[in-house]
Amino acid sequence: MSPESVRDDLAAQGYIADVGLATAVFLARELGRPLMLEGDAGVGKTELAKAIAASTGGELIRLQCYEGIDASQAVYDWDYTRQLLHLRAAEATGAMEGRTTESVEAELYDERFLVRRAVLRAIDHHEGPPPVLLIDEVDRADDEFEAYLLEVLSDFQVTVPEIGVFRAQRPPVVVLTSNRTRDVHDALKRRCLYHWVEHPDLEREIEIVRRRVPEADIALSTEVAAAVAHLRAMELYKPPGVAETIDWTAALARLGVRHLDAASAEATLGTVLKYREDTERVVSHGIDDLVAAARSDAGR
Amino acid sequence: MSNATAIAVAFVDRLRSTGVDAPLSATIEYQRALGALGMGSRDAVYWAGRTTLVRRREDIAAYDTAFNTFWDDHSVAPYEPPSVAMSIAVDDGESPDDDDGGLDGHETDEAPSIELRFSAAEVLRHRDFASYSNDELAEARRLMGRLRVTGSPRRSLRLVNGHGSRPRMDLRRTVRAALSTGGEPLQRHWRHRGMRPRRLVLLLDVSGSMEPYARALVRFAHAAVIGRQRVEVFALGTRLTRMTRELSERDPDAAVARAARAVVDWSGGTRLGDGLREFNQRWGQRGMARGATVVILSDGWDRGDPTVLEEQMLRLRRLAHRVIWVNPLKVTPGYAPLARGMATALPHLDAFVEGHSIDAMERLAAEISR
Repeated sequence: MSPESVRDDLAAQGYIADVGLATAVFLARELGRPLMLEGDAGVGKTELAKAIAASTGGELIRLQCYEGIDASQAVYDWDYTRQLLHLRAAEATGAMEGRTTESVEAELYDERFLVRRAVLRAIDHHEGPPPVLLIDEVDRADDEFEAYLLEVLSDFQVTVPEIGVFRAQRPPVVVLTSNRTRDVHDALKRRCLYHWVEHPDLEREIEIVRRRVPEADIALSTEVAAAVAHLRAMELYKPPGVAETIDWTAALARLGVRHLDAASAEATLGTVLKYREDTERVVSHGIDDLVAAARSDAGR
Repeated sequence: MSNATAIAVAFVDRLRSTGVDAPLSATIEYQRALGALGMGSRDAVYWAGRTTLVRRREDIAAYDTAFNTFWDDHSVAPYEPPSVAMSIAVDDGESPDDDDGGLDGHETDEAPSIELRFSAAEVLRHRDFASYSNDELAEARRLMGRLRVTGSPRRSLRLVNGHGSRPRMDLRRTVRAALSTGGEPLQRHWRHRGMRPRRLVLLLDVSGSMEPYARALVRFAHAAVIGRQRVEVFALGTRLTRMTRELSERDPDAAVARAARAVVDWSGGTRLGDGLREFNQRWGQRGMARGATVVILSDGWDRGDPTVLEEQMLRLRRLAHRVIWVNPLKVTPGYAPLARGMATALPHLDAFVEGHSIDAMERLAAEISR
């Protein structure tokens, strides 16, 4: 394995990585370290995890973080309803007679009542290639949860007090993403490799669009990518990401457009701009100018 | 020590001298990365370090400089972090209850409490910061170190034990309890959604006209950062500088000094609209301002375009729970919010308060926790 082979493998899944990102993924796998990705919305952080999973053949296990998430939602929980039913059944059949509370308890906290959540599933994995654990938007979780993650990611093991220790035979590939709504704790970052994901350059973006929207004309893909590059330079509330470029191209292709033109661009602007103020700004700037500039860039 | 190790250690040393915080574990990781990638190409050596030694986007520029001077061109002058002179008065008063920190998970039991213990404080309480002598400023800073700023509470998604207004059954504890009653869930346990303080964002104007106040207010910001977890502080000048990390140091003087070093445009001009736009764009809209209490500490003198300020105030208001403007000049006799920036912003505020004295800062702390 080398950064180049990682890049080729990702490209085969339709994910075009630059040399920095490919190297970061290579190192994460080679050194067995989690990879922390930061970057603007829509630069393809989540997509990367999917592409890694597809290229290694590992299962993608996604953990979406939110405020208040805790171990029972992220790591494991007990199936309480079944436990209660089990207790009632034991009581009804007289199986509880003469037994100590401890022995009944041991029966309840058995693996068959264990509900495996994302983290435990990623660690307690035995067949096939190691899974890819995507911990998405970790900055949305609370600090307490971060501390817990730190423990899990340090030695890739989970302790369930009633059962014992689950240890990963082969550590999963872990990808964390953050939108920087707050600083993730240094201790957690220290466990991870770090990569800031940039918007792709024009050439790479055209390649991405062509892979993802193969039905679109080359000319259209090129012109849309060029137009998006112009939009990003316009100080919008929400500069379009790669995902928007793909959506826009797909929408135009579906409409049978072969070359970007002002009328169809304006009609489909909703796929690429997500704020009314942004749309107003672009329209007042002149869609004609935008299209003309994009077409002249694409012609080069 | 092998040759490669020596080179790795020397490079990390160089990197640290530019102000990037690279722990020992990162050096080890860097060496492993170099081992995995080999040192055959510039890209390999560059990305080995970028991935293992850099942990913040802000450090990328310093890394690039260190990399270039170390590996490529030894003639380039070493990276010097911008320095700004600022005098900091000595403060030896440490409040003994400084360590409670609010980390114990009971977010709600920290009622906003403000302590001012010395009666000597009374004299200073109502005085305008601008008329303080240096000694008095030091005293004021010390008093402000005792302020406790807590954001207004909001309902959290995190469940806590107990029977609230809309309880949900705590099955885990109910099952445990049922064990002792023969599997019959006689004793039921409940959880409900707890409360937690809203995030607080302070935007401190550090332009020239705010000079008499900014240094006292930065102390207020420090008290807020130390007092609770969900606080972010930015300096608004000709550009936006994030000060949260610098201010999170416990020692107030060291923290304020670090923050002052981080802000390169201290006492420069103000472009409030541009600063706010940068905040909205890079931080606010991504989530930092959502549902937060945003406090702008500024006299409202703005050299920028008022339409930009207006647009950004509107945008901020849509994101934030409350927008509070603190203007130290508000108390001045005959003051009317005529400064162009202030007049533009006024219609978009939830509260407009004074910020010239310790007394006013106490009222601000109360306003924030509303």
